[in-house]
Amino acid sequence: MTQTSMTDQHAAARPASAHAEGQQHPIKLYLLVWGLLFVLSAASYMVDYAGFQGLLRWGLILAFMMLKAGLIIAVFMHMAWERLALSYAILLPPLAVLVLVAIMAVESDYTVLTRQSEFATQ
Amino acid sequence: MSDARTGHAPPDSGEGLSGFVADWSSDQRAFKRVSWGKAMMWILLLSDTFIFGVFLVAYMTARSSTPEAWPNASEVFSLHIGDTNLPLLLIAIMTFVLISSSGTMAMAVNSAYRKARRPTALLMLATALLGATFVGMQAFEWTKLISEGVRPWGNPWGAEQFGASFFMITGFHGTHVSIGVIFLLLVAWKVWRGEFDQDRRTWLCSGKGDYEAVEILGLYWHFVDLVWVFIFAFFYLW
Repeated sequence: MTQTSMTDQHAAARPASAHAEGQQHPIKLYLLVWGLLFVLSAASYMVDYAGFQGLLRWGLILAFMMLKAGLIIAVFMHMAWERLALSYAILLPPLAVLVLVAIMAVESDYTVLTRQSEFATQ
Repeated sequence: MSDARTGHAPPDSGEGLSGFVADWSSDQRAFKRVSWGKAMMWILLLSDTFIFGVFLVAYMTARSSTPEAWPNASEVFSLHIGDTNLPLLLIAIMTFVLISSSGTMAMAVNSAYRKARRPTALLMLATALLGATFVGMQAFEWTKLISEGVRPWGNPWGAEQFGASFFMITGFHGTHVSIGVIFLLLVAWKVWRGEFDQDRRTWLCSGKGDYEAVEILGLYWHFVDLVWVFIFAFFYLW
Protein backbone atom coordinates (compact mmCIF):
# COMPACT_ATOMS: atom_id res chain seq x y z
CA MET A 1 0.00 0.00 0.00
CA THR A 2 2.70 2.46 1.02
CA GLN A 3 4.80 1.19 -1.89
CA THR A 4 2.22 2.19 -4.49
CA SER A 5 1.60 5.57 -2.96
CA MET A 6 5.35 6.24 -3.00
CA THR A 7 5.64 5.44 -6.69
CA ASP A 8 2.56 7.54 -7.38
CA GLN A 9 4.27 10.45 -5.71
CA HIS A 10 7.37 10.00 -7.82
CA ALA A 11 5.35 9.72 -11.01
CA ALA A 12 3.55 12.92 -10.12
CA ALA A 13 6.80 14.71 -9.35
CA ARG A 14 8.55 13.69 -12.57
CA PRO A 15 6.81 15.84 -15.19
CA ALA A 16 7.38 18.92 -13.04
CA SER A 17 11.12 18.34 -12.82
CA ALA A 18 11.44 17.27 -16.46
CA HIS A 19 11.33 20.88 -17.66
CA ALA A 20 13.10 21.84 -14.46
CA GLU A 21 15.51 24.63 -15.35
CA GLY A 22 13.73 26.26 -18.27
CA GLN A 23 10.50 28.11 -18.85
CA GLN A 24 8.11 28.44 -21.76
CA HIS A 25 5.67 31.29 -21.96
CA PRO A 26 3.53 32.42 -24.89
CA ILE A 27 5.04 35.16 -27.05
CA LYS A 28 1.74 37.01 -26.73
CA LEU A 29 2.53 37.69 -23.06
CA TYR A 30 5.90 39.25 -23.90
CA LEU A 31 4.32 41.42 -26.60
CA LEU A 32 1.63 42.55 -24.16
CA VAL A 33 4.23 43.54 -21.54
CA TRP A 34 6.32 45.25 -24.22
CA GLY A 35 3.28 47.30 -25.24
CA LEU A 36 2.42 48.13 -21.62
CA LEU A 37 5.98 49.34 -20.97
CA PHE A 38 5.69 51.64 -24.00
CA VAL A 39 2.38 53.03 -22.78
CA LEU A 40 3.66 53.52 -19.21
CA SER A 41 6.85 55.24 -20.45
CA ALA A 42 4.79 57.54 -22.66
CA ALA A 43 2.53 58.27 -19.70
CA SER A 44 5.43 59.17 -17.39
CA TYR A 45 6.88 61.38 -20.14
CA MET A 46 3.48 63.10 -20.45
CA VAL A 47 3.61 63.90 -16.72
CA ASP A 48 6.61 66.12 -17.44
CA TYR A 49 5.23 67.42 -20.75
CA ALA A 50 1.89 68.39 -19.21
CA GLY A 51 3.76 70.18 -16.43
CA PHE A 52 1.98 68.54 -13.49
CA GLN A 53 3.35 69.76 -10.16
CA GLY A 54 3.29 68.79 -6.52
CA LEU A 55 1.85 65.64 -5.10
CA LEU A 56 0.17 64.64 -8.38
CA ARG A 57 3.51 64.75 -10.20
CA TRP A 58 5.49 62.72 -7.63
CA GLY A 59 2.62 60.26 -7.22
CA LEU A 60 2.25 59.60 -10.94
CA ILE A 61 6.02 59.34 -11.52
CA LEU A 62 6.38 56.81 -8.68
CA ALA A 63 3.30 54.83 -9.73
CA PHE A 64 4.42 54.49 -13.36
CA MET A 65 7.97 53.65 -12.20
CA MET A 66 6.80 50.88 -9.86
CA LEU A 67 4.46 49.44 -12.51
CA LYS A 68 7.25 49.36 -15.11
CA ALA A 69 9.75 47.85 -12.67
CA GLY A 70 7.20 45.24 -11.59
CA LEU A 71 6.41 44.19 -15.16
CA ILE A 72 10.09 43.88 -16.10
CA ILE A 73 10.98 41.83 -13.00
CA ALA A 74 7.85 39.64 -12.99
CA VAL A 75 7.53 38.81 -16.69
CA PHE A 76 10.74 39.66 -18.57
CA MET A 77 12.97 38.34 -15.77
CA HIS A 78 10.53 35.48 -15.00
CA MET A 79 10.45 36.24 -11.28
CA ALA A 80 6.70 35.52 -11.21
CA TRP A 81 7.44 31.85 -11.95
CA GLU A 82 10.46 31.38 -9.68
CA ARG A 83 10.24 29.63 -6.32
CA LEU A 84 9.76 31.82 -3.28
CA ALA A 85 13.21 30.82 -1.96
CA LEU A 86 14.80 32.75 -4.85
CA SER A 87 12.23 35.56 -5.04
CA TYR A 88 12.55 36.45 -1.36
CA ALA A 89 16.37 36.21 -1.45
CA ILE A 90 16.51 38.73 -4.31
CA LEU A 91 13.52 41.00 -3.66
CA LEU A 92 13.65 41.50 0.12
CA PRO A 93 17.28 42.70 0.71
CA PRO A 94 16.88 45.85 -1.48
CA LEU A 95 14.26 47.04 1.03
CA ALA A 96 17.25 47.88 3.26
CA VAL A 97 17.97 50.71 0.81
CA LEU A 98 14.71 52.32 1.97
CA VAL A 99 16.18 52.53 5.48
CA LEU A 100 19.20 54.34 4.03
CA VAL A 101 16.84 56.66 2.15
CA ALA A 102 15.10 57.53 5.43
CA ILE A 103 18.39 58.10 7.28
CA MET A 104 19.82 60.29 4.52
CA ALA A 105 16.60 62.26 4.16
CA VAL A 106 16.83 63.24 7.83
CA GLU A 107 20.57 63.89 7.54
CA SER A 108 20.32 66.07 4.40
CA ASP A 109 17.47 68.02 5.98
CA TYR A 110 19.79 68.83 8.88
CA THR A 111 22.65 69.69 6.47
CA VAL A 112 20.57 72.13 4.43
CA LEU A 113 19.32 73.85 7.60
CA THR A 114 22.92 74.22 8.82
CA ARG A 115 24.05 75.55 5.43
CA GLN A 116 21.22 78.06 5.31
CA SER A 117 21.91 79.38 8.78
CA GLU A 118 25.72 79.38 8.57
CA PHE A 119 26.93 79.61 4.95
CA ALA A 120 24.32 80.73 2.44
CA THR A 121 24.94 84.42 2.89
CA GLN A 122 24.43 85.92 -0.58
CA MET B 1 2.45 20.57 7.45
CA SER B 2 1.89 16.83 7.14
CA ASP B 3 5.44 16.45 5.82
CA ALA B 4 6.95 17.87 8.97
CA ARG B 5 4.89 15.45 11.00
CA THR B 6 5.68 12.31 9.00
CA GLY B 7 9.32 13.26 8.40
CA HIS B 8 9.00 13.05 4.62
CA ALA B 9 10.90 15.24 2.17
CA PRO B 10 9.55 18.81 2.10
CA PRO B 11 6.90 19.68 -0.51
CA ASP B 12 8.52 20.17 -3.89
CA SER B 13 6.31 23.04 -5.01
CA GLY B 14 8.19 25.76 -3.11
CA GLU B 15 4.83 27.46 -2.61
CA GLY B 16 3.90 29.41 0.47
CA LEU B 17 5.92 30.26 3.52
CA SER B 18 6.42 26.58 4.43
CA GLY B 19 7.90 25.92 0.97
CA PHE B 20 10.25 28.88 1.39
CA VAL B 21 11.39 27.64 4.78
CA ALA B 22 11.75 24.07 3.46
CA ASP B 23 13.94 25.21 0.54
CA TRP B 24 16.22 27.31 2.74
CA SER B 25 16.59 24.64 5.42
CA SER B 26 17.20 21.81 2.97
CA ASP B 27 20.47 20.06 2.23
CA GLN B 28 22.79 20.89 -0.68
CA ARG B 29 20.87 23.62 -2.47
CA ALA B 30 18.45 26.34 -1.47
CA PHE B 31 17.66 27.50 -5.00
CA LYS B 32 16.01 24.39 -6.41
CA ARG B 33 15.32 24.13 -10.13
CA VAL B 34 17.60 27.09 -10.72
CA SER B 35 21.02 26.39 -12.21
CA TRP B 36 24.04 27.78 -10.38
CA GLY B 37 24.71 30.15 -13.29
CA LYS B 38 21.28 31.70 -13.05
CA ALA B 39 21.42 31.92 -9.25
CA MET B 40 24.82 33.62 -9.43
CA MET B 41 23.55 36.12 -12.01
CA TRP B 42 20.66 36.97 -9.68
CA ILE B 43 23.11 37.49 -6.81
CA LEU B 44 25.29 39.71 -9.03
CA LEU B 45 22.19 41.72 -9.92
CA LEU B 46 21.28 41.99 -6.24
CA SER B 47 24.70 43.48 -5.46
CA ASP B 48 24.34 45.79 -8.47
CA THR B 49 20.96 46.88 -7.10
CA PHE B 50 22.75 48.12 -4.00
CA ILE B 51 25.36 49.97 -6.07
CA PHE B 52 22.75 51.83 -8.10
CA GLY B 53 20.55 52.22 -5.02
CA VAL B 54 23.39 53.90 -3.14
CA PHE B 55 24.17 56.15 -6.13
CA LEU B 56 20.56 57.30 -6.24
CA VAL B 57 20.52 57.86 -2.46
CA ALA B 58 23.73 59.90 -2.79
CA TYR B 59 22.03 61.96 -5.50
CA MET B 60 19.00 62.46 -3.27
CA THR B 61 21.26 63.57 -0.39
CA ALA B 62 23.21 66.00 -2.58
CA ARG B 63 20.05 67.45 -4.08
CA SER B 64 18.14 67.89 -0.83
CA SER B 65 21.11 69.19 1.18
CA THR B 66 22.03 72.08 -1.12
CA PRO B 67 20.47 75.50 -0.57
CA GLU B 68 21.02 76.30 -4.27
CA ALA B 69 18.31 75.60 -6.84
CA TRP B 70 18.70 72.28 -8.65
CA PRO B 71 18.92 72.67 -12.46
CA ASN B 72 15.58 71.97 -14.14
CA ALA B 73 16.10 68.65 -15.94
CA SER B 74 13.15 69.35 -18.21
CA GLU B 75 15.01 72.38 -19.62
CA VAL B 76 18.57 71.05 -19.36
CA PHE B 77 17.75 67.94 -21.40
CA SER B 78 15.49 69.63 -23.96
CA LEU B 79 16.21 69.57 -27.68
CA HIS B 80 15.69 72.45 -30.10
CA ILE B 81 14.08 71.17 -33.28
CA GLY B 82 13.19 73.90 -35.73
CA ASP B 83 11.70 76.65 -33.62
CA THR B 84 10.21 74.47 -30.91
CA ASN B 85 11.86 73.40 -27.69
CA LEU B 86 10.94 69.83 -26.83
CA PRO B 87 11.61 68.92 -23.19
CA LEU B 88 13.39 65.63 -22.50
CA LEU B 89 12.94 64.48 -26.10
CA LEU B 90 16.29 62.68 -26.37
CA ILE B 91 15.74 60.97 -23.00
CA ALA B 92 12.28 59.82 -24.09
CA ILE B 93 13.70 58.33 -27.30
CA MET B 94 16.49 56.64 -25.30
CA THR B 95 13.86 55.15 -22.98
CA PHE B 96 11.88 53.73 -25.88
CA VAL B 97 15.04 52.35 -27.51
CA LEU B 98 16.01 50.57 -24.28
CA ILE B 99 12.51 49.16 -23.73
CA SER B 100 12.49 47.88 -27.31
CA SER B 101 15.83 46.20 -26.70
CA SER B 102 14.33 44.53 -23.63
CA GLY B 103 11.44 43.34 -25.81
CA THR B 104 13.74 41.81 -28.44
CA MET B 105 15.80 40.22 -25.64
CA ALA B 106 12.67 38.62 -24.16
CA MET B 107 11.88 37.22 -27.61
CA ALA B 108 15.48 35.96 -27.93
CA VAL B 109 15.17 34.12 -24.60
CA ASN B 110 11.86 32.66 -25.79
CA SER B 111 13.52 31.44 -29.01
CA ALA B 112 16.38 30.01 -26.97
CA TYR B 113 13.94 27.88 -24.96
CA ARG B 114 12.71 26.45 -28.25
CA LYS B 115 16.38 26.01 -29.27
CA ALA B 116 15.70 27.97 -32.45
CA ARG B 117 19.27 28.86 -33.40
CA ARG B 118 18.83 31.54 -36.08
CA PRO B 119 15.97 33.54 -34.47
CA THR B 120 17.88 33.54 -31.16
CA ALA B 121 21.06 34.88 -32.74
CA LEU B 122 19.24 37.49 -34.85
CA LEU B 123 17.11 38.74 -31.97
CA MET B 124 20.22 39.04 -29.79
CA LEU B 125 21.92 40.98 -32.58
CA ALA B 126 18.89 43.31 -32.76
CA THR B 127 19.13 43.77 -28.97
CA ALA B 128 22.84 44.61 -29.24
CA LEU B 129 22.17 47.14 -32.02
CA LEU B 130 19.46 48.86 -29.95
CA GLY B 131 21.81 48.86 -26.95
CA ALA B 132 24.60 50.40 -29.05
CA THR B 133 22.12 53.03 -30.27
CA PHE B 134 21.32 53.86 -26.65
CA VAL B 135 25.01 54.26 -25.77
CA GLY B 136 25.50 56.42 -28.87
CA MET B 137 22.67 58.73 -27.84
CA GLN B 138 24.09 58.91 -24.34
CA ALA B 139 27.47 59.90 -25.79
CA PHE B 140 25.66 62.64 -27.76
CA GLU B 141 23.95 63.83 -24.57
CA TRP B 142 27.24 63.93 -22.65
CA THR B 143 28.91 65.87 -25.48
CA LYS B 144 26.05 68.37 -25.57
CA LEU B 145 26.12 68.95 -21.81
CA ILE B 146 29.91 69.20 -21.63
CA SER B 147 29.90 71.76 -24.46
CA GLU B 148 27.30 73.75 -22.52
CA GLY B 149 29.68 73.91 -19.58
CA VAL B 150 28.52 71.10 -17.28
CA ARG B 151 31.38 69.78 -15.15
CA PRO B 152 31.43 67.50 -12.10
CA TRP B 153 32.21 70.60 -10.02
CA GLY B 154 29.82 73.10 -11.59
CA ASN B 155 27.33 74.09 -14.26
CA PRO B 156 25.73 77.31 -15.57
CA TRP B 157 22.27 76.67 -14.08
CA GLY B 158 22.46 76.01 -10.36
CA ALA B 159 23.60 73.52 -7.73
CA GLU B 160 27.14 72.35 -8.42
CA GLN B 161 26.44 68.74 -7.46
CA PHE B 162 24.25 68.31 -10.54
CA GLY B 163 27.17 67.50 -12.83
CA ALA B 164 28.78 65.00 -10.45
CA SER B 165 25.48 63.16 -9.93
CA PHE B 166 24.70 63.13 -13.65
CA PHE B 167 28.09 61.86 -14.83
CA MET B 168 28.32 59.28 -12.04
CA ILE B 169 24.85 57.76 -12.45
CA THR B 170 24.47 57.84 -16.24
CA GLY B 171 28.12 56.94 -16.70
CA PHE B 172 27.83 53.85 -14.56
CA HIS B 173 24.62 52.85 -16.29
CA GLY B 174 26.13 53.46 -19.73
CA THR B 175 29.08 51.25 -18.76
CA HIS B 176 26.64 48.48 -17.86
CA VAL B 177 24.89 48.85 -21.22
CA SER B 178 28.24 48.76 -23.05
CA ILE B 179 29.33 45.58 -21.24
CA GLY B 180 25.93 44.07 -22.09
CA VAL B 181 26.34 44.92 -25.78
CA ILE B 182 29.77 43.25 -25.85
CA PHE B 183 28.44 40.08 -24.21
CA LEU B 184 25.34 40.07 -26.44
CA LEU B 185 27.51 40.14 -29.56
CA LEU B 186 29.75 37.42 -28.13
CA VAL B 187 26.91 35.05 -27.24
CA ALA B 188 24.96 35.86 -30.44
CA TRP B 189 28.06 34.92 -32.45
CA LYS B 190 28.39 31.63 -30.55
CA VAL B 191 24.70 30.84 -31.04
CA TRP B 192 24.95 31.67 -34.74
CA ARG B 193 27.94 29.37 -35.18
CA GLY B 194 25.97 26.58 -33.53
CA GLU B 195 28.31 26.20 -30.55
CA PHE B 196 25.35 25.54 -28.25
CA ASP B 197 24.17 22.69 -30.47
CA GLN B 198 27.41 20.73 -30.23
CA ASP B 199 27.93 17.98 -27.73
CA ARG B 200 30.87 19.75 -26.20
CA ARG B 201 31.35 21.49 -22.89
CA THR B 202 32.46 25.12 -22.97
CA TRP B 203 32.45 27.95 -20.43
CA LEU B 204 29.01 29.05 -21.63
CA CYS B 205 27.46 25.73 -22.48
CA SER B 206 27.24 22.42 -20.65
CA GLY B 207 26.44 20.35 -23.72
CA LYS B 208 24.17 19.88 -26.69
CA GLY B 209 21.15 22.20 -26.72
CA ASP B 210 22.09 24.09 -23.54
CA TYR B 211 20.91 27.62 -24.39
CA GLU B 212 20.78 28.82 -20.79
CA ALA B 213 23.54 31.37 -21.38
CA VAL B 214 20.98 33.34 -23.42
CA GLU B 215 18.52 33.40 -20.52
CA ILE B 216 21.20 34.42 -18.00
CA LEU B 217 22.39 37.22 -20.29
CA GLY B 218 18.73 38.18 -20.68
CA LEU B 219 18.49 38.67 -16.90
CA TYR B 220 21.44 41.06 -17.02
CA TRP B 221 19.98 42.97 -19.97
CA HIS B 222 16.53 43.36 -18.39
CA PHE B 223 18.23 44.57 -15.22
CA VAL B 224 19.97 47.33 -17.20
CA ASP B 225 16.54 48.37 -18.50
CA LEU B 226 15.17 48.17 -14.95
CA VAL B 227 17.86 50.51 -13.60
CA TRP B 228 17.03 52.98 -16.37
CA VAL B 229 13.39 53.02 -15.19
CA PHE B 230 14.57 54.33 -11.82
CA ILE B 231 17.11 56.78 -13.30
CA PHE B 232 14.45 58.10 -15.69
CA ALA B 233 12.01 58.66 -12.82
CA PHE B 234 14.36 60.09 -10.22
CA PHE B 235 16.97 61.96 -12.22
CA TYR B 236 15.14 63.16 -15.32
CA LEU B 237 11.51 63.53 -14.22
CA TRP B 238 11.77 64.42 -10.53
